Amino acid sequence: MSAVLVVEGLTVDYVTGAEPVRACDDVSFELRRGEILGVAGESGSGKSTLITALTRLQRPPAVTTAGRIEFHGTDLVALGPDDLRKLRWTSLAIVLQSAMDALNPVMRVGAQFVDVLRAHDKTLSRKDAWTRAAELLGMVGISADRVRSYPHELSGGMRQRASIALALACGPELVVMDEPTTAVDVVMQRQILAQVLRLRRELGFAVVFVTHDLSLLLELADRIAIMYGGRIVEIGTAESLYGKPRHPYTRGLRDSFPPLRSPLRKLNGIPGSPPDLRNPPPGCPFHPRCADRFDGCDEQRPELLTIEDHAVACRLYPSGEDQS
Amino acid sequence: MSQPVLEARGVSKLFPAGRSTVRAVEDATLALQPGRIVALVGESGSGKTTLARLLARFYPPTSGEIRLHGEVVKGKPRAYYSDVQLIFQDPFGSLNPLHRVRYNLERAVKLHHPKADVDQRVAELLERVSLTPVEQFIDKFPHELSGGQRQRVVIARALAVEPKVLLGDEPISMLDVSIRLEMLNLLDRLRTEDGLALLYITHDIASARYLCDDIVVMYAGRMIEGGPKEDVIADPLHPYTQLLIDSSPDPERSDRPDLFDAEDLGEPPSLIDPPAGCRFHPRCPLAMDVCRTEAPPRTELPGGRWTHCWLQEKR
Repeated sequence: MSAVLVVEGLTVDYVTGAEPVRACDDVSFELRRGEILGVAGESGSGKSTLITALTRLQRPPAVTTAGRIEFHGTDLVALGPDDLRKLRWTSLAIVLQSAMDALNPVMRVGAQFVDVLRAHDKTLSRKDAWTRAAELLGMVGISADRVRSYPHELSGGMRQRASIALALACGPELVVMDEPTTAVDVVMQRQILAQVLRLRRELGFAVVFVTHDLSLLLELADRIAIMYGGRIVEIGTAESLYGKPRHPYTRGLRDSFPPLRSPLRKLNGIPGSPPDLRNPPPGCPFHPRCADRFDGCDEQRPELLTIEDHAVACRLYPSGEDQS
Repeated sequence: MSQPVLEARGVSKLFPAGRSTVRAVEDATLALQPGRIVALVGESGSGKTTLARLLARFYPPTSGEIRLHGEVVKGKPRAYYSDVQLIFQDPFGSLNPLHRVRYNLERAVKLHHPKADVDQRVAELLERVSLTPVEQFIDKFPHELSGGQRQRVVIARALAVEPKVLLGDEPISMLDVSIRLEMLNLLDRLRTEDGLALLYITHDIASARYLCDDIVVMYAGRMIEGGPKEDVIADPLHPYTQLLIDSSPDPERSDRPDLFDAEDLGEPPSLIDPPAGCRFHPRCPLAMDVCRTEAPPRTELPGGRWTHCWLQEKR
């Protein structure tokens, strides 16, 4: 399958104070057509920075200092605002965490769809655009009579689904989703995930789905990237990441979710706290919390190396060989 | 079973909202025993935080009674807070940011135990919640601590009064995933070592299963099911409990057919004008005529289980 998106060596610094803070450090991955890539990380892992960099929505003090984002054969990093505008909505769309902030509170929901639809298709009549808005809402299970509602008249779950439908309005190939289910309850989360999976099947878009909740990615994503301290420390298929995580952080994160059904045992999470990016530890960013660290982990920074269909940045796997 | 420390009996809380009334909690009955943990699970708006606040006497119940050591509580006596403490969700908002950890803890010790050796007691509290070495934390300001460390200070402050009951309202949901378990293990230790009675409020069934002994499920202001955790999770009696468990992320999920259509799960009703009968009936695939008109009574089942569902009543 061909790649929709190729990210190479993406590095983002926050330029504040004396020393720039590196929030995204040499991030590389590929996204295939129609694939769902999950990105999991804790606070300060760089996942939100990655999203704003990918969608070119970053604002100073964030600066992309190195790397390429190849999408549609062009490097997004080099594009100016006019060229980016042509890609937005029609090729690249985003769903934000809080639909409360993403929808305009003083415009009817349908009017926000009409705006987007008509901005990208000048031949579309107003009437047809309203009809299309109702169809799009229908795709996420919102009845057509809601098209004239204001956002506050919809429940939080409906608003979040409406913002997903809005992202899909112009048929993008890539939808970036930033914690789209964090602000909704677990039942609504299940419904949103089921709808995203069906719409992906019907429409064939690819998804970058960012969340702190690895347990839901295991059920949703085709592949998962684990971020820690601004870097991807492991990337692989959902099955291999759950069944055979290589990086000690991935293993610790997986074992931080108590099971719903299998027998309970005492779990310990990961001792310590995530690193402070203003003052990152030398060597591997995880070494201060790592139970498997050995001589040199606090000096040498491991590179992301491929093992079979999987890649891991850990000195336990020095030449990409599986030691375990 | 031993005598409950803290009990809610038939407690309701109605809030006025303009001309209408929000029926936040109705007819809730709950008992907390020493050394046992009850998890209260449900979605937002189900009434679980209101119930915690009723138990913490933030406000009085509209009807029903709260009993501490078997005696009905009236007003907000300070002695009540010597026995019952509430831990909030947000460790960032619940510590005074202008004061050091020492001061935040001293206040509680001085108020409730004026004769205690304050310095020694504060040091003990920090050790109790594993913020050691004590010197490294005692003079820090809240903003100098991580989220997990702050939540430990909040727990230490609650312990300062030597309570019998801890009410935890989503105490881990704002913490990073990798440090949540340490907090759950700490709560478990307090239960085992100090014999605290604990109410653990959460929307996360997996963490409830990890920590608690019994689960109580709330839906739209009412308690709908309760019992020993493994029984409730493995074999839920109420269709809503089934929905909640089916919706929870579970990497080990088997491909068994679902009772519900995953794309149309519906949403909880408004509490201003809740549905008649069973509040879950508009979403329930198994609803019968009686469910639409009459609220199901509490059905007691063997093994300490109970539910409010006509399916069980008719059985």
